[in-house]
Amino acid sequence: MDDILEILETNARVSLEELERLTGKKKKDISRALKKYEKQGVIVKYKTLLNKEKLKEEKSVMAIIEVQVSPQKDVGFDRVAERIYRFPEVKYCYLLSGTYDLLLIVEGKDIHTVARFVSEKLAPLSSVKGTVSHFLLKKYKEDGVTLVKNEKNQRLAITY
Amino acid sequence: MIADRVKNTPPSGIREFFDLVLGMPEVISLGVGEPDFITPWRIREKAITALEEGYTSYTSNKGLRVLREGISRRIKKRYDISYDPDEEVLITVGVSEGLDLALRAVLNPGDAVVVVSPHYVAYPALVAMNHGKVLPLITTEQEQFKINPDRLERLLKKNPKAIILNYPSNPTGATYRRDELRTLWKYLRRKDTVVITDEAYEDISFDVAHTPFAVLDSRARDRTIHLSGFSKGCAMTGFRVGYACASQKFIGAMTKIHSFSMLCGPIVSQLAGIEALRTEKEIAQMTKAYRRRREFMVKELNRIGLPAHMPQGTFYCFPSVSATGLTAMEFAKRLLFEEKVAVVPGTAFGQEFGEYVRMSCANTLDSLKEAAIRIERFVGRVCCEGKR
Repeated sequence: MDDILEILETNARVSLEELERLTGKKKKDISRALKKYEKQGVIVKYKTLLNKEKLKEEKSVMAIIEVQVSPQKDVGFDRVAERIYRFPEVKYCYLLSGTYDLLLIVEGKDIHTVARFVSEKLAPLSSVKGTVSHFLLKKYKEDGVTLVKNEKNQRLAITY
Repeated sequence: MIADRVKNTPPSGIREFFDLVLGMPEVISLGVGEPDFITPWRIREKAITALEEGYTSYTSNKGLRVLREGISRRIKKRYDISYDPDEEVLITVGVSEGLDLALRAVLNPGDAVVVVSPHYVAYPALVAMNHGKVLPLITTEQEQFKINPDRLERLLKKNPKAIILNYPSNPTGATYRRDELRTLWKYLRRKDTVVITDEAYEDISFDVAHTPFAVLDSRARDRTIHLSGFSKGCAMTGFRVGYACASQKFIGAMTKIHSFSMLCGPIVSQLAGIEALRTEKEIAQMTKAYRRRREFMVKELNRIGLPAHMPQGTFYCFPSVSATGLTAMEFAKRLLFEEKVAVVPGTAFGQEFGEYVRMSCANTLDSLKEAAIRIERFVGRVCCEGKR
């Protein structure tokens, strides 16, 4: 993977000047590369990873929902998936192999909101054959980052 | 009551400075000689499992055969050079023990050893404690801290028993291309000097593919004691596991000493080492991080007015501080007290290097950025004082 992408993947706030110093590439080449990646859809969005559990004023709940669906002629799962991922409550939507078809991660302000979404919007869809909901209790790691406890290097401040 | 050779070996001249740093909280330390990464999890997990499974015993003196085989295979794959895991590989307690064993195995009292300077702190003391005599081979910034062949040739006239080659080098980051090693070998091959190579930083090479000295030809292989380990590349300094590869005569002698003094390397660390051999991806990621930090730090230092050459390996920069009018020790002490940034004065690596400091990039980029801001502020202030 391009150096620029690797750096941005871990820190989207890094400036052009810093990218220049870190990669040894010229600023104008970096800008050009970024534009290209954005246009190709390689860079989708510059995002900040939040640990919302620490935000007292803004509590939300998440549920992981397994969905069994009936694929449709010619378009397979894509049409059903589209029907489902368009709901703003659905944060992630994946098609999987195995005992169920779609895996959703749904966010809502409380458990009732999510339950209502499942019973009133998701389950009644004609292509949905069944759902299993799991409410998320605690996040340990997200996007490769440990959220609970950070490891600290125990090394001495000066050594040979 | 203490033996003369120990008494007469001076303690490191900058121990006092180290104590100052260790006593000061909240310092951004660019003085650390080890990775900032914690050992990759899969290696740690292997060590935990080893303990759970009851691996708490001695191993054979040479070390676990599986580890020796793995090392032999990796060296063959990487560098196309073969070492017999039974007769030509020895597991040591870090590269440090390997170096001590090599010197103990080859030195008779009074034998001379060429030590390329600036050098890793322990070399002269180890030579002295093994009854040897140090012949310093000074390298200069103008020559990117690489060995000048004429100077080497002059020292070889004194018939040194051994030469210690450390590349990529701690503290300068200098390393050698294959053709440069060939030139050195051209001079060395005329003599019987044993070539002890400390290649602890082989994994952290940036622009030049690392070439072990032993690959040059069969005579070079026969004369070289290749020392390396897992400490730097795999961020395993605390595991204390390294290895020596050489022809049977050297490994046999070193094993004899090792079997009486150390018995064997710690078994848990050896098992972790086996897992470390499978961590090419993690090594590559860490090396990439060091490379980016090097780019950042060297550019910052040059911009600030502390000229630094671009290191080709390791995670060190070795800038000159002469523009500030301060000696390395004054610079290091004042930077520590006034800006809480720790660096190591160049004199730790040879008395001749009193105008350099070693800065370690084994820190997060955020720490390096903050350190650069503080160093710039400090240098600005010191230079203003000079003009007043």
